[in-house]
Amino acid sequence: MSDGKLVGIVLVSHSAQVAASVAELATGLAGAGTAVAVAPAGGTEDGGLGTSAALVVTAAASVDGGAGVAVLADLGSAVLTVKALLAEGDELPEHTRLVDAPFVEGAVAAVVTAATGADLAAVEAAAAEAYTYRKV
Amino acid sequence: MLDAEFFRRWMTVTAASVDREAERLTALDSPIGDADHGTNLQRGFTAVRAALEKEPPATPGAVLTLSGRLLISSVGGASGPLYGTLLRRTGKALGAATEVSREQLAEALRTGVDAVRQLGGAAPGDKTMIDALVPAADALGDSFAAARAAAEEGAVATTPLRARKGRASYLGERSIGHQDPGATSSALLIAGLADASGPTGAAEAADE
Repeated sequence: MSDGKLVGIVLVSHSAQVAASVAELATGLAGAGTAVAVAPAGGTEDGGLGTSAALVVTAAASVDGGAGVAVLADLGSAVLTVKALLAEGDELPEHTRLVDAPFVEGAVAAVVTAATGADLAAVEAAAAEAYTYRKV
Repeated sequence: MLDAEFFRRWMTVTAASVDREAERLTALDSPIGDADHGTNLQRGFTAVRAALEKEPPATPGAVLTLSGRLLISSVGGASGPLYGTLLRRTGKALGAATEVSREQLAEALRTGVDAVRQLGGAAPGDKTMIDALVPAADALGDSFAAARAAAEEGAVATTPLRARKGRASYLGERSIGHQDPGATSSALLIAGLADASGPTGAAEAADE
Protein backbone atom coordinates (compact mmCIF):
# COMPACT_ATOMS: atom_id res chain seq x y z
CA MET A 1 0.00 0.00 0.00
CA SER A 2 1.23 3.45 -0.76
CA ASP A 3 -0.48 6.07 1.43
CA GLY A 4 -3.60 6.55 -0.65
CA LYS A 5 -1.71 7.13 -3.88
CA LEU A 6 -2.64 4.83 -6.72
CA VAL A 7 -0.42 3.31 -9.38
CA GLY A 8 -1.08 4.84 -12.80
CA ILE A 9 -1.53 2.72 -15.92
CA VAL A 10 -0.42 3.49 -19.49
CA LEU A 11 -1.63 1.40 -22.44
CA VAL A 12 0.58 1.56 -25.52
CA SER A 13 -0.87 0.11 -28.70
CA HIS A 14 -0.15 0.46 -32.42
CA SER A 15 -3.71 1.72 -32.76
CA ALA A 16 -5.28 4.72 -31.06
CA GLN A 17 -8.65 2.94 -31.03
CA VAL A 18 -7.25 -0.23 -29.45
CA ALA A 19 -5.48 1.72 -26.70
CA ALA A 20 -8.55 3.84 -25.97
CA SER A 21 -10.96 0.89 -26.04
CA VAL A 22 -8.84 -1.29 -23.78
CA ALA A 23 -8.53 1.64 -21.37
CA GLU A 24 -12.33 1.99 -21.40
CA LEU A 25 -12.82 -1.76 -20.92
CA ALA A 26 -10.36 -2.04 -18.05
CA THR A 27 -11.72 1.03 -16.29
CA GLY A 28 -15.29 -0.19 -16.76
CA LEU A 29 -14.52 -3.63 -15.34
CA ALA A 30 -12.70 -2.12 -12.38
CA GLY A 31 -16.02 -0.69 -11.29
CA ALA A 32 -17.81 2.60 -11.58
CA GLY A 33 -15.94 5.57 -10.20
CA THR A 34 -12.55 3.91 -9.96
CA ALA A 35 -9.92 6.49 -9.11
CA VAL A 36 -7.13 4.79 -11.06
CA ALA A 37 -5.63 7.02 -13.73
CA VAL A 38 -5.46 5.13 -17.03
CA ALA A 39 -4.04 6.79 -20.14
CA PRO A 40 -4.03 5.36 -23.66
CA ALA A 41 -1.03 6.06 -25.94
CA GLY A 42 -2.07 4.59 -29.25
CA GLY A 43 -0.82 5.04 -32.78
CA THR A 44 1.36 7.81 -34.12
CA GLU A 45 0.89 11.50 -33.48
CA ASP A 46 -0.68 12.00 -36.89
CA GLY A 47 -3.29 9.30 -36.25
CA GLY A 48 -1.60 6.44 -38.12
CA LEU A 49 -0.70 2.95 -36.95
CA GLY A 50 2.56 2.79 -35.01
CA THR A 51 4.09 4.09 -31.82
CA SER A 52 4.75 7.65 -30.76
CA ALA A 53 7.37 8.16 -28.07
CA ALA A 54 5.90 11.60 -27.41
CA LEU A 55 2.41 10.19 -26.75
CA VAL A 56 3.89 7.58 -24.38
CA VAL A 57 5.82 10.25 -22.45
CA THR A 58 2.74 12.48 -22.19
CA ALA A 59 0.49 9.61 -21.10
CA ALA A 60 2.95 8.46 -18.43
CA ALA A 61 3.27 11.98 -17.01
CA SER A 62 -0.52 12.35 -16.93
CA VAL A 63 -1.13 9.24 -14.77
CA ASP A 64 1.81 9.66 -12.41
CA GLY A 65 0.36 10.19 -8.97
CA GLY A 66 3.54 9.34 -7.09
CA ALA A 67 2.93 5.61 -6.60
CA GLY A 68 4.55 4.55 -9.86
CA VAL A 69 3.39 3.88 -13.39
CA ALA A 70 2.77 0.48 -14.98
CA VAL A 71 3.07 0.46 -18.78
CA LEU A 72 1.53 -2.28 -20.92
CA ALA A 73 2.37 -2.50 -24.62
CA ASP A 74 1.06 -4.61 -27.47
CA LEU A 75 3.57 -5.45 -30.22
CA GLY A 76 6.98 -4.74 -31.78
CA SER A 77 7.60 -1.01 -31.84
CA ALA A 78 5.29 -0.36 -28.89
CA VAL A 79 7.41 -2.63 -26.69
CA LEU A 80 10.72 -1.41 -28.12
CA THR A 81 9.79 2.27 -27.80
CA VAL A 82 8.89 1.89 -24.12
CA LYS A 83 12.13 -0.03 -23.47
CA ALA A 84 14.17 2.63 -25.28
CA LEU A 85 12.44 5.42 -23.29
CA LEU A 86 13.13 3.60 -20.03
CA ALA A 87 16.78 3.30 -21.07
CA GLU A 88 16.91 7.08 -21.60
CA GLY A 89 16.47 7.40 -17.84
CA ASP A 90 14.81 10.81 -17.72
CA GLU A 91 11.93 10.52 -20.19
CA LEU A 92 9.42 8.64 -18.02
CA PRO A 93 8.38 9.28 -14.40
CA GLU A 94 10.46 7.68 -11.68
CA HIS A 95 9.16 4.19 -10.84
CA THR A 96 7.82 3.49 -14.30
CA ARG A 97 7.85 -0.16 -15.33
CA LEU A 98 7.13 -1.97 -18.56
CA VAL A 99 4.92 -4.83 -17.44
CA ASP A 100 5.28 -8.18 -19.22
CA ALA A 101 1.62 -9.07 -19.71
CA PRO A 102 -1.02 -9.81 -22.35
CA PHE A 103 -2.43 -6.46 -23.45
CA VAL A 104 -6.18 -6.75 -22.81
CA GLU A 105 -6.23 -9.23 -19.94
CA GLY A 106 -3.18 -7.66 -18.35
CA ALA A 107 -4.71 -4.19 -18.54
CA VAL A 108 -7.86 -5.34 -16.74
CA ALA A 109 -5.80 -7.09 -14.04
CA ALA A 110 -3.56 -4.05 -13.63
CA VAL A 111 -6.38 -1.53 -13.30
CA VAL A 112 -8.45 -3.69 -10.95
CA THR A 113 -5.40 -4.33 -8.76
CA ALA A 114 -4.30 -0.68 -8.80
CA ALA A 115 -7.83 0.30 -7.71
CA THR A 116 -7.34 -1.63 -4.46
CA GLY A 117 -4.41 0.64 -3.59
CA ALA A 118 -1.82 -2.06 -4.33
CA ASP A 119 1.76 -0.99 -4.99
CA LEU A 120 3.59 -1.15 -8.32
CA ALA A 121 5.05 -4.62 -7.71
CA ALA A 122 1.59 -6.03 -6.93
CA VAL A 123 0.09 -4.40 -10.01
CA GLU A 124 2.90 -5.81 -12.14
CA ALA A 125 2.45 -9.31 -10.66
CA ALA A 126 -1.31 -9.26 -11.26
CA ALA A 127 -0.90 -8.20 -14.87
CA ALA A 128 1.81 -10.80 -15.53
CA GLU A 129 -0.34 -13.49 -13.95
CA ALA A 130 -2.88 -12.97 -16.73
CA TYR A 131 -0.50 -14.99 -18.93
CA THR A 132 -1.24 -18.12 -16.89
CA TYR A 133 -4.97 -18.05 -17.52
CA ARG A 134 -5.52 -20.69 -20.23
CA LYS A 135 -8.71 -20.47 -22.28
CA VAL A 136 -8.98 -24.04 -23.46
CA MET B 1 41.13 11.46 -36.24
CA LEU B 2 37.36 11.89 -36.55
CA ASP B 3 35.78 15.06 -35.18
CA ALA B 4 32.20 16.23 -34.60
CA GLU B 5 32.07 17.57 -38.17
CA PHE B 6 32.83 14.07 -39.48
CA PHE B 7 29.97 12.61 -37.45
CA ARG B 8 27.58 15.31 -38.65
CA ARG B 9 28.62 14.48 -42.19
CA TRP B 10 27.92 10.79 -41.48
CA MET B 11 24.36 11.58 -40.37
CA THR B 12 23.76 14.04 -43.24
CA VAL B 13 25.04 11.64 -45.89
CA THR B 14 22.90 8.86 -44.39
CA ALA B 15 19.83 11.15 -44.37
CA ALA B 16 20.41 11.85 -48.07
CA SER B 17 20.76 8.17 -48.96
CA VAL B 18 17.68 7.27 -46.90
CA ASP B 19 15.81 9.93 -48.91
CA ARG B 20 17.12 8.44 -52.14
CA GLU B 21 16.41 4.83 -51.14
CA ALA B 22 13.16 5.33 -49.20
CA GLU B 23 11.01 3.79 -51.91
CA ARG B 24 13.30 0.78 -52.24
CA LEU B 25 13.28 0.23 -48.45
CA THR B 26 9.51 0.43 -48.36
CA ALA B 27 9.28 -1.94 -51.34
CA LEU B 28 11.47 -4.45 -49.48
CA ASP B 29 9.24 -4.03 -46.42
CA SER B 30 6.11 -4.65 -48.45
CA PRO B 31 6.18 -8.47 -48.89
CA ILE B 32 7.44 -9.28 -45.37
CA GLY B 33 6.67 -6.21 -43.27
CA ASP B 34 4.12 -3.42 -43.08
CA ALA B 35 5.51 -1.36 -45.96
CA ASP B 36 6.59 1.67 -43.98
CA HIS B 37 10.32 1.19 -43.38
CA GLY B 38 11.43 3.77 -45.95
CA THR B 39 8.96 6.48 -44.95
CA ASN B 40 9.55 5.89 -41.24
CA LEU B 41 13.33 6.18 -41.51
CA GLN B 42 13.00 9.16 -43.82
CA ARG B 43 10.94 10.96 -41.20
CA GLY B 44 13.52 10.12 -38.52
CA PHE B 45 16.62 11.15 -40.45
CA THR B 46 14.94 14.34 -41.70
CA ALA B 47 14.46 15.30 -38.04
CA VAL B 48 18.09 14.36 -37.31
CA ARG B 49 19.44 16.45 -40.20
CA ALA B 50 17.36 19.49 -39.21
CA ALA B 51 18.46 19.32 -35.56
CA LEU B 52 22.14 18.90 -36.42
CA GLU B 53 21.99 21.91 -38.75
CA LYS B 54 20.23 24.07 -36.21
CA GLU B 55 22.43 23.32 -33.23
CA PRO B 56 25.55 21.35 -34.13
CA PRO B 57 26.76 19.38 -31.09
CA ALA B 58 30.41 19.88 -30.17
CA THR B 59 31.60 16.28 -29.86
CA PRO B 60 31.25 13.03 -31.84
CA GLY B 61 29.47 11.41 -28.91
CA ALA B 62 26.97 14.27 -28.66
CA VAL B 63 26.18 14.11 -32.39
CA LEU B 64 25.27 10.43 -32.08
CA THR B 65 23.33 10.66 -28.80
CA LEU B 66 21.24 13.56 -30.12
CA SER B 67 20.60 11.69 -33.38
CA GLY B 68 19.60 8.55 -31.51
CA ARG B 69 17.22 10.45 -29.29
CA LEU B 70 15.54 12.04 -32.29
CA LEU B 71 15.14 8.70 -34.04
CA ILE B 72 13.44 7.21 -30.98
CA SER B 73 11.03 10.14 -30.80
CA SER B 74 10.22 10.64 -34.46
CA VAL B 75 10.27 7.36 -36.41
CA GLY B 76 6.99 5.77 -35.23
CA GLY B 77 7.95 2.15 -36.02
CA ALA B 78 10.32 -0.41 -34.51
CA SER B 79 13.27 0.98 -36.46
CA GLY B 80 13.09 4.15 -34.30
CA PRO B 81 13.98 2.61 -30.94
CA LEU B 82 16.37 0.16 -32.63
CA TYR B 83 18.39 2.73 -34.60
CA GLY B 84 17.97 5.23 -31.78
CA THR B 85 19.48 2.80 -29.30
CA LEU B 86 22.29 1.96 -31.74
CA LEU B 87 23.36 5.59 -32.15
CA ARG B 88 22.76 6.64 -28.57
CA ARG B 89 24.77 3.79 -27.06
CA THR B 90 27.53 4.22 -29.63
CA GLY B 91 27.61 7.94 -28.80
CA LYS B 92 27.69 7.31 -25.07
CA ALA B 93 30.55 4.84 -25.53
CA LEU B 94 32.54 7.59 -27.30
CA GLY B 95 32.23 9.77 -24.20
CA ALA B 96 33.16 13.45 -24.26
CA ALA B 97 36.21 13.21 -26.54
CA THR B 98 36.39 15.94 -29.22
CA GLU B 99 38.13 13.55 -31.63
CA VAL B 100 38.12 9.78 -31.85
CA SER B 101 40.03 7.25 -33.94
CA ARG B 102 38.41 4.82 -36.33
CA GLU B 103 39.40 2.02 -33.96
CA GLN B 104 37.65 3.78 -31.06
CA LEU B 105 34.56 4.20 -33.21
CA ALA B 106 34.66 0.50 -34.11
CA GLU B 107 34.78 -0.38 -30.42
CA ALA B 108 31.92 2.02 -29.58
CA LEU B 109 29.84 0.73 -32.48
CA ARG B 110 30.22 -2.79 -31.10
CA THR B 111 28.77 -1.53 -27.80
CA GLY B 112 25.88 0.04 -29.73
CA VAL B 113 25.23 -3.14 -31.69
CA ASP B 114 25.23 -5.17 -28.48
CA ALA B 115 22.60 -2.80 -27.04
CA VAL B 116 20.41 -3.30 -30.12
CA ARG B 117 20.79 -7.06 -29.79
CA GLN B 118 19.67 -6.81 -26.19
CA LEU B 119 16.72 -4.51 -26.94
CA GLY B 120 15.36 -6.58 -29.82
CA GLY B 121 16.52 -9.98 -28.62
CA ALA B 122 17.89 -10.78 -32.09
CA ALA B 123 20.97 -12.87 -32.86
CA PRO B 124 22.95 -13.11 -36.11
CA GLY B 125 20.99 -15.19 -38.64
CA ASP B 126 17.57 -14.00 -37.44
CA LYS B 127 17.20 -11.88 -40.63
CA THR B 128 17.43 -8.47 -38.97
CA MET B 129 19.62 -5.37 -39.00
CA ILE B 130 22.03 -7.30 -36.77
CA ASP B 131 23.10 -9.36 -39.79
CA ALA B 132 24.55 -6.22 -41.41
CA LEU B 133 25.72 -4.43 -38.27
CA VAL B 134 27.73 -7.18 -36.60
CA PRO B 135 30.04 -7.84 -39.59
CA ALA B 136 30.29 -4.08 -40.21
CA ALA B 137 31.41 -3.34 -36.66
CA ASP B 138 33.96 -6.15 -36.90
CA ALA B 139 35.32 -4.93 -40.25
CA LEU B 140 35.48 -1.28 -39.18
CA GLY B 141 38.66 -2.16 -37.31
CA ASP B 142 40.28 -2.70 -40.73
CA SER B 143 38.87 0.19 -42.77
CA PHE B 144 35.75 2.18 -43.64
CA ALA B 145 35.64 0.46 -47.02
CA ALA B 146 35.78 -2.97 -45.40
CA ALA B 147 32.90 -2.03 -43.08
CA ARG B 148 30.82 -0.86 -46.05
CA ALA B 149 31.46 -4.10 -47.94
CA ALA B 150 30.75 -6.26 -44.88
CA ALA B 151 27.43 -4.52 -44.18
CA GLU B 152 26.33 -4.82 -47.80
CA GLU B 153 27.29 -8.52 -47.89
CA GLY B 154 25.50 -9.08 -44.60
CA ALA B 155 22.33 -7.43 -45.93
CA VAL B 156 22.34 -9.47 -49.14
CA ALA B 157 22.97 -12.64 -47.12
CA THR B 158 19.65 -12.18 -45.28
CA THR B 159 17.73 -13.11 -48.45
CA PRO B 160 17.71 -16.91 -47.99
CA LEU B 161 17.13 -16.67 -44.24
CA ARG B 162 13.87 -17.32 -42.44
CA ALA B 163 12.82 -14.39 -40.23
CA ARG B 164 12.76 -15.09 -36.53
CA LYS B 165 12.07 -11.57 -35.25
CA GLY B 166 9.51 -8.86 -35.85
CA ARG B 167 6.46 -8.95 -38.08
CA ALA B 168 8.25 -10.97 -40.78
CA SER B 169 8.60 -13.88 -38.34
CA TYR B 170 4.84 -14.49 -38.55
CA LEU B 171 5.34 -15.37 -42.22
CA GLY B 172 7.60 -18.32 -41.39
CA GLU B 173 8.81 -20.01 -44.59
CA ARG B 174 7.31 -17.26 -46.72
CA SER B 175 9.86 -14.78 -45.38
CA ILE B 176 12.56 -16.73 -47.24
CA GLY B 177 13.74 -15.16 -50.51
CA HIS B 178 13.32 -11.53 -49.45
CA GLN B 179 16.20 -9.29 -48.43
CA ASP B 180 15.60 -7.88 -44.96
CA PRO B 181 14.69 -4.16 -45.02
CA GLY B 182 16.37 -3.45 -41.66
CA ALA B 183 19.64 -5.07 -42.74
CA THR B 184 19.39 -3.07 -45.97
CA SER B 185 18.96 0.27 -44.20
CA SER B 186 21.78 -0.69 -41.82
CA ALA B 187 24.01 -1.13 -44.87
CA LEU B 188 23.01 2.42 -45.92
CA LEU B 189 24.02 3.73 -42.50
CA ILE B 190 27.44 2.06 -42.77
CA ALA B 191 27.84 3.21 -46.39
CA GLY B 192 27.14 6.73 -45.10
CA LEU B 193 29.98 6.29 -42.65
CA ALA B 194 32.34 5.27 -45.46
CA ASP B 195 31.15 8.18 -47.63
CA ALA B 196 31.68 10.64 -44.77
CA SER B 197 35.32 9.59 -44.71
CA GLY B 198 35.65 10.98 -48.24
CA PRO B 199 35.88 9.40 -51.67
CA THR B 200 39.46 8.34 -51.02
CA GLY B 201 39.03 7.65 -47.34
CA ALA B 202 40.37 11.13 -46.60
CA ALA B 203 39.58 10.90 -42.91
CA GLU B 204 41.52 7.69 -42.78
CA ALA B 205 44.47 9.09 -44.71
CA ALA B 206 44.62 11.99 -42.29
CA ASP B 207 44.84 9.41 -39.54
CA GLU B 208 48.14 8.07 -40.83
